[in-house]
Amino acid sequence: MEGRSSNLLDEALGIFNESSSSSSSSLPSGSCVLIEDSVETSGAFVIHHILKRTLSPHSSSSAAVVFVSLSHPFSHYDRILRKLGCNLASHRENGRFFFFDMLMLGCTDQSMGNLHNGVLIELYGKIQKVVEDIISSGGNSKCITIILDDFSLIEVAAKGSFNHSFDFLRYCYTLTSEGCSLVILNHEDIYFGEESSTPILQMEYLANILIKAEPLATGLATDVHGQLTILNKGMHDKTRSSTNKVQNFHFKLKENGVECFFPGTRA
Amino acid sequence: MATTTKARTSSFSRNPLAGPTSQVPGLKPGPNGAVFLSSGIPDLDRILGGGFSLGSLIMVMEDPEAPHHMLLLRNFMAQGLIHNQPLLYASPSKDPKGFLGTLPNPMSPKEDRPRDHGTDQDKDLRIAWQYKKYARENQQGYDIRDSKLEYCNNFDLRKPLERQHFGGKHIDCVSTQALTLDVIHQRCSTFLAQSSRSGSSISCGGRIAIQSFCAPQCGYSDKDWDMLAFIKSLKGMVRASNAVAIVTFPHSLLSSSFSKRWQHLADTLLSVKAIPDEDKELAQLLTGYQEMVGFLSIHKVARINTQVPVVLEASTFSIKLHKRRSLVLECLNQAPIDGSSGASYGTSSSCSASTKQGSLDF
Repeated sequence: MEGRSSNLLDEALGIFNESSSSSSSSLPSGSCVLIEDSVETSGAFVIHHILKRTLSPHSSSSAAVVFVSLSHPFSHYDRILRKLGCNLASHRENGRFFFFDMLMLGCTDQSMGNLHNGVLIELYGKIQKVVEDIISSGGNSKCITIILDDFSLIEVAAKGSFNHSFDFLRYCYTLTSEGCSLVILNHEDIYFGEESSTPILQMEYLANILIKAEPLATGLATDVHGQLTILNKGMHDKTRSSTNKVQNFHFKLKENGVECFFPGTRA
Repeated sequence: MATTTKARTSSFSRNPLAGPTSQVPGLKPGPNGAVFLSSGIPDLDRILGGGFSLGSLIMVMEDPEAPHHMLLLRNFMAQGLIHNQPLLYASPSKDPKGFLGTLPNPMSPKEDRPRDHGTDQDKDLRIAWQYKKYARENQQGYDIRDSKLEYCNNFDLRKPLERQHFGGKHIDCVSTQALTLDVIHQRCSTFLAQSSRSGSSISCGGRIAIQSFCAPQCGYSDKDWDMLAFIKSLKGMVRASNAVAIVTFPHSLLSSSFSKRWQHLADTLLSVKAIPDEDKELAQLLTGYQEMVGFLSIHKVARINTQVPVVLEASTFSIKLHKRRSLVLECLNQAPIDGSSGASYGTSSSCSASTKQGSLDF
């Protein structure tokens, strides 16, 4: 188990880590991954895992990550990824990791963001510029992953206007046609009840890999931190035979990685 | 934040924060480069693994009918004043300064550990199903009593905090009733500016306590998104500073979707619940029911600089007033029940007190 470099989560995401030159260890290009979590179980670890895989030495050196963070500062991710064996600070210097610290997005000191519409456009402009820079510097072989942590805070920055925030998301989604892949974290339980479930449904429609992190139905446990349900809608890419595959397994988080296993397969 | 990490490129480097913090009274270094600050309740500090970590936002879901969140706030604020930490208190009441008069005073060292007496008395009688409770009390390793200023004091809720603790330092009281969110935001940011993380030295932690944030008497209580934006930016500001913010809110006033959003924003999420006075069934079910005033549930513990969740041995604790003066949190100890009377609770309560996860459905 320990010796395997890829685990269930990688397989479900379509990340292949064989040494064959054709497949890289980053997400299939053009994919859109939506991670849904809840108050009880955070899905942030999936982001850390994807980050680690994308920036790992096995992946092609052209892989780059554009990280838009609204929930944590750089030091937080830096420390976590360091324990996972990935040095974000040096990747940042080498131009493989671009971090947007958007903790204060939409809240300037004086007036708490009357220009809510403008900030998202501005943010998208920044992302697009970075993506273009990467593509122009490295040719078409570059594979870029855009990570958004997390979408519910984009909505807050847009003062609750779902149209504005979803427009932002769709703009980011257009970048997938240029070979980028998009990873979004969102909270599922926000949209329960009332007529408020449309946003999450629209996002689920957009995504082709859907990851749900849920707590165990039986309560908290020290050995199992929750369960993942991964729906892979399959890409139009014919080489991989994954059409609407649902996988379900438990996970345990450790400082140096995620352990994934099928229910009941661990003592 | 980002400036401290910029220079370091090698994987192994000295953490500049680790050194000086140990000398600052009232702060304690924790794992993953976190620095803890005491909640003012020794038991809560122990449960959370050391206290509230600096830079985190703690949210407390209030009980709609009882002011139990005030107990947490009082101890939190009093502890800060004793450690000479700056304090910002915002409350929907007309006179928030008056609340400072109700803060508890620390117990004198002589009567400091009241619970030791209690266990001495019935030392000869120990029942197996309560063994957890006793095992814990014997190993209070973290208690730094020899140092003059304790990390966490025991408070006597009946005695008001002595005047000497109010003098000299920065205490800011804000009534949220008349102010707009912009103004409160401004007050918070100026407050935090003085305790910002300047370079590698941590001077002392600041404390922000905001009571009943979305209470209806505040003018902004109908502006859901503005309140969220405020909390989001407060979280961002606190993260970049050396302070801890605790926000209590009556979650029943929010719609379920917004309540969830608030909960997601919290680094540490607690909720308090009162227990009804004469609940016979409950009295039968739980030991020490007479002393209990309510329940404290811990939904989320701050995960700063780590992805590993903290799994507590139980998530619901009873709040007890020991001898009517000191606040004590205890694991729920269910009385052994015979088959006939306990049938209805059989599903939610397993017999072993140690493994239950406190999914108390009342």
